[in-house]
Amino acid sequence: MSIFRDAGHLFRLAGVYLAGTLLFLVVRAVVVPHSFGQYGHYRGAAIAEIAAKPLHFAGHQTCEACHSDVARTKASGMHAHVNCEACHGPLAKHAADPSIDPGKPDVATLCVRCHAASAARPKDFPQVDADQHADGVPCNTCHQPHSPAIGPASAASGGAK
Amino acid sequence: MNITRRHLLILLPAAAVAWESVLAGTPEEAPNYKKTDHWWGMLIDIPKCIGCGNCVRACQAENDVPDGFFRTWVERYHVEDWNLANPEVISPDGGKEGFPSVAEDSNGKYFFVPKLCNHCADSPCTQVCPVGATFISPDGVVLVDQTYCMGCAYCVQACPYGCRYIHPQKRVADKCTLCYHRITKGLTTACCEACPTGARQLADLKNPKDPIHAFLKTHTVQVLKPQMATGAKVFYNALDGSVR
Repeated sequence: MSIFRDAGHLFRLAGVYLAGTLLFLVVRAVVVPHSFGQYGHYRGAAIAEIAAKPLHFAGHQTCEACHSDVARTKASGMHAHVNCEACHGPLAKHAADPSIDPGKPDVATLCVRCHAASAARPKDFPQVDADQHADGVPCNTCHQPHSPAIGPASAASGGAK
Repeated sequence: MNITRRHLLILLPAAAVAWESVLAGTPEEAPNYKKTDHWWGMLIDIPKCIGCGNCVRACQAENDVPDGFFRTWVERYHVEDWNLANPEVISPDGGKEGFPSVAEDSNGKYFFVPKLCNHCADSPCTQVCPVGATFISPDGVVLVDQTYCMGCAYCVQACPYGCRYIHPQKRVADKCTLCYHRITKGLTTACCEACPTGARQLADLKNPKDPIHAFLKTHTVQVLKPQMATGAKVFYNALDGSVR
């Protein structure tokens, strides 16, 4: 009998506890992002947001859809496995709107980036000492960049002139 | 239309479920891309790397990487045969504009090592994030949720490969996403697209037709810092023991 004399305190305490729990659940529901925990301990929607970032490189498949002539020239030459944008740079804008001028790569800096002789490069990779090899003559005077070997095939595709 | 008590009791939970998906929004993802069908990694063929820096420039263009910071970079090793444990390593501006020419060294060797996030399966960086802002996606790519990151840089310290940095303007962690916005659309990464020699190749380890499987069976392939058991998924062919 005397144990339950002050039972009102316990009910008030339980009420405060319940209100606190309720407040916690409400705040939690508001501040925790909706997709948190969808795949793991992170915001699941972040994956789709990252996947939606814009492209800068169009990809060689896109280039070849229009420039099939260049793709054919390239396929038979030494640069068959060099993708278009490796030299021409990122061109997704040009791919989306062909009226945007992609510009021409500068052969003076471009060719030597890969082909300047250096003992650090793999031995079987074609390298030249540009000063001795060409004496300032631009590389594309003799070599057609899309099929760089000098010979009848290269000349036919607009190389050595 | 008459809604009985029975109908209302059925409709209410259905509406609650529908509201959930309304709130979650419709994620923009490429059709036909199933996250659980892929497990991404990369193959780096060291004997093919010519140190041109194309990958570094391509990565910066594709991902708007600020100057002086790198999601991928190239190191040039010079190892003298009497001093294998102490290689000389240079990476001027991340190798972005290539490397100075060198003459043949009769006492040693030179080679290039491209580096990037290893997209570890048991990544140390995601384990230390206190807020769940960095994570391994279901297709095996280590990503950063930059709207959730608070820039504490624990992950920058935790990465044993030094692949993370704090973005100087956004003040949040930034790193290689393995061009997640490209690979989910069926394209290769910007660095692989720009690599002229095929030294870097994107690999889908869950795709049985991916050429990586034949390559791994027939070549001596290693990951960086295997002793750390990070489950790194960037595989290096013919990696020299001096590489750190």
